[in-house]
Amino acid sequence: MSEVSMTVNGRKVQALVEDRTLLVNFLRDNAELTGTHVGCDTSQCGACVVHVDGKAVKSCTMLAVQASGSTITTIEGVSGGADLHPVQAAFREHHGLQCGFCTPGMIMTAVDMIRRHPEGLDEATVRAELEGNICRCTGYHNIVKAILAASSEMAKGAKGKGRAKAA
Amino acid sequence: MGMEGIGARVARKEDKRFITGAGRYTDDMVVPGMKHAVFVRSPHAHADIKKIDVSDAQAMPGVVAVLTGKQLKADGIGNLICGWMIHSKDGSPMKMGAWSPLAVDRVRYVGDAVAIVIADTKGQARDAAEVVNVVYKERKAVTSAVEALKKGAPQLHPEAENNLIYDWEIGDAAATDAALKKAAHITKMHIVNNRLVPNAMEPRAALAHYDKAEDHYTCWTTSQNPHVARLVMSAFYNVAPENKLRVIAPDVGGGFGSKIFIYPEEVVCCWASKKAGVPVKWVADRTESFLCDAHGRDHVTEVQMAFDKDNKVIGLKVDTIANFGAYMSLFSSSVPTYLYATLLSGQYNIPAIHANVRAVYTNTAPVDAYRGAGRPEATFVLERTMETAAHELGVSPAELRRKNFITEFPHQTPVIMCYDAGNYAASLDAAMAAINYKGFEKRKAEAAKRGKLRGIGMSNYIEACGIAPSAAVGSLGAGVGLWESAEVRVNAVGTIEVLTGSHSHGQGHETTFAQLVTERFGVPIDSVSIVHGDTDKVQMGMGTYGSRSGAVGMSAIVKALDKVEAKAKKIAAHLLEADESDIVIENGALKVAGTDKNVPWFQMALAAYTAHNLPGGMEPGLKETAFYDPTNFTFPAGCYICEVEVDPDTGKTDIVAFVAADDFGNIINPMIVEGQVHGGIAQGVGQALLEGAHYDPSSGQLLTASYMDYCMPRADDLPSFQVSHQNTPCPGNPLGIKGCGEAGAIGSTPAVINAITNAIGTNDLEMPATPQRVWRALQTVGK
Repeated sequence: MSEVSMTVNGRKVQALVEDRTLLVNFLRDNAELTGTHVGCDTSQCGACVVHVDGKAVKSCTMLAVQASGSTITTIEGVSGGADLHPVQAAFREHHGLQCGFCTPGMIMTAVDMIRRHPEGLDEATVRAELEGNICRCTGYHNIVKAILAASSEMAKGAKGKGRAKAA
Repeated sequence: MGMEGIGARVARKEDKRFITGAGRYTDDMVVPGMKHAVFVRSPHAHADIKKIDVSDAQAMPGVVAVLTGKQLKADGIGNLICGWMIHSKDGSPMKMGAWSPLAVDRVRYVGDAVAIVIADTKGQARDAAEVVNVVYKERKAVTSAVEALKKGAPQLHPEAENNLIYDWEIGDAAATDAALKKAAHITKMHIVNNRLVPNAMEPRAALAHYDKAEDHYTCWTTSQNPHVARLVMSAFYNVAPENKLRVIAPDVGGGFGSKIFIYPEEVVCCWASKKAGVPVKWVADRTESFLCDAHGRDHVTEVQMAFDKDNKVIGLKVDTIANFGAYMSLFSSSVPTYLYATLLSGQYNIPAIHANVRAVYTNTAPVDAYRGAGRPEATFVLERTMETAAHELGVSPAELRRKNFITEFPHQTPVIMCYDAGNYAASLDAAMAAINYKGFEKRKAEAAKRGKLRGIGMSNYIEACGIAPSAAVGSLGAGVGLWESAEVRVNAVGTIEVLTGSHSHGQGHETTFAQLVTERFGVPIDSVSIVHGDTDKVQMGMGTYGSRSGAVGMSAIVKALDKVEAKAKKIAAHLLEADESDIVIENGALKVAGTDKNVPWFQMALAAYTAHNLPGGMEPGLKETAFYDPTNFTFPAGCYICEVEVDPDTGKTDIVAFVAADDFGNIINPMIVEGQVHGGIAQGVGQALLEGAHYDPSSGQLLTASYMDYCMPRADDLPSFQVSHQNTPCPGNPLGIKGCGEAGAIGSTPAVINAITNAIGTNDLEMPATPQRVWRALQTVGK
């Protein structure tokens, strides 16, 4: 057994867990945040993607003890207190989800993707970067659309902020 | 149409919870005292169980109980059944072998459940499952249906001699043979429809809670049809009488057919919850899903299509062998018969059709309905053959199809179905225009300059949806009726709950169904809630599959809304001292037509519940129920065209364009309908290019039992799709809806293969058309 402690969505979560406990199970069972899903056992599907210290990570691939001391953001916390993160809003606006099971992982991946591409995204890049997230419902069509829309929406927002600063 | 009514692209009401992580799926449910279950599964494809020793497992940390099939049988739990009776052509009933939820003396596929281990944590249950000592004596296994029919093949069930479940036929054999005899040209093909694993992203799960004081069970489960699950578990598996069993299908993460069926696990969890005295949760891991979810397709077909000298199809003869796996799953028998052979006329006027279908046991996972269920197989047979015939006859594939289209409706085919409405040429024209069919040769030449082989292929599908008139399916052997129910409750403040027997697992019913109500009563969509998926809340219903929730489920809602409207108008007329026939509903108020006299909707609702001033003899309240039994199947149809580029050096296929032109009848929410088409196409493309369940033929081990081995379509395997609609309203239901859930998966697969074979210049190509297969096929060209 190991004592594990991490900050999840701004809240400290601490528990004594079996050494083999995966981060995803810690989040679901100990932090009681069930938005992060388990869709496979081989780190292929990406339903379990969360942000560990700001980076997208498949939480089924990481032991809870490895994440001890880290700052975690899950789908429940991604909006940072706002009603919705722009990526969440874009998924709804563009019908980028159907059954919703892969959606938390998709959104967490997309948020990270947009962060890593401040220059903007094109369809081919989005499709290539979604390699690690499987959706069985949407055929990805509207997910790609949603991510592209969120990316340009956020770029506009960032530009606006930049101008405000300059002024 | 209003902003939120019929035809509007309303953003989905259910999305807020899914995009914020607040969805509630079965694995998210927690019951106090809940324990975790792991199933001990057969590692062998075929073996006798000589002994099961659970003593070591029982002594493991945290273990609550280890239970076996013998105990299950002793408690009277029944065998799993197939609920659709098919008779062979000799009149004998299908040969159904026994399927115990936990195997007792023999296992028949890798993954067959043998025991359940219940422990404090899933990890502990897993550890203990490892030390359950099952002594097996291996038998020879057979995984191919063709092999299983051969003399000397391993035998699975004593009930089914030569592993043959049924040998069924449909159509006129003599007329078809006569057509073949007088044909000017016959196109013959050998067609393999590869086995697929449905792979809903949420693995199957069950949480069963037996309440001893009430002698009552609650089972949360990943079901497309919770009422059918309750019915079958009560009536056939002796879990509990219906009034003592509540089945809840909360948010369900995709189904695609695989969550229609009642599987061993939920039955065993219910029983085990009572036996062990604890709530029991089981969640499949992905490999378990691969091994034990019902698979789809797996047909081998010989087809002959006969043409006269004018290139008119005069006959179609089909001989299909369908692999059923080790046991007959709940609706397995209907898939290669009434959902397959009845669609073999396609969009074409074919005077004589005969199909023979043999269903066969093998040592593989059970096979049942997967998105499209029989209709993709029929479409693949027809559209591959039609395309091949066009090339053999030296005519345009589009024009050969057009020449043979059915153009007058209703049209009675030789294989039961009576098509009610359609305009197949309209979809063909729309698809050809969308892809710029005329410009293909130019694009091909341009691709050649880049060293790529460009090909184009089409597919004109038809399907039968809205399943289906109860009396009709009853006469064909169905064990259930296929109507749907609805209850509309107008609350005292005028808000509305619609309780439906349909179940949404991604289809967006909470939005689409609410749009109906908004359209009818002019109330804001946020004041309408859709309730589904709980047998304690919703009256008996039949669930969601076969693209039936629109055509059947919403028709039931319309009937209930009719009754609500009638009573509401009576109340309003009374309050306004007007004639009932003068009352109209506009913008959320009941008005006397042509005057400014009105009563707001909420005020009328309040009057219904205060009952202070109702018409004489009227019961208080405003709540109506309806059951809707469809009058016919519905017949969505369309044309899909795919354009590919093949890299001759690697055999890799890129889909460079894909257009879909569909006729779904009237559409409630185009955004949702387009989403259904996108997803369906992706699954069909997956079958064509990437997906295939492979069993090792000698050991019977599933070689593709994880996402490392089974290739799911990823975002970079697919293009964006171009979709359009050419709708002819369905005359058979009040909304004119045909259904859209399966079309993409039905129509797309042959279009992709037709495009690749067109590109590479050989027709000899099996699915999935992996780079290796395409490259190998290319090496045979010109040799």
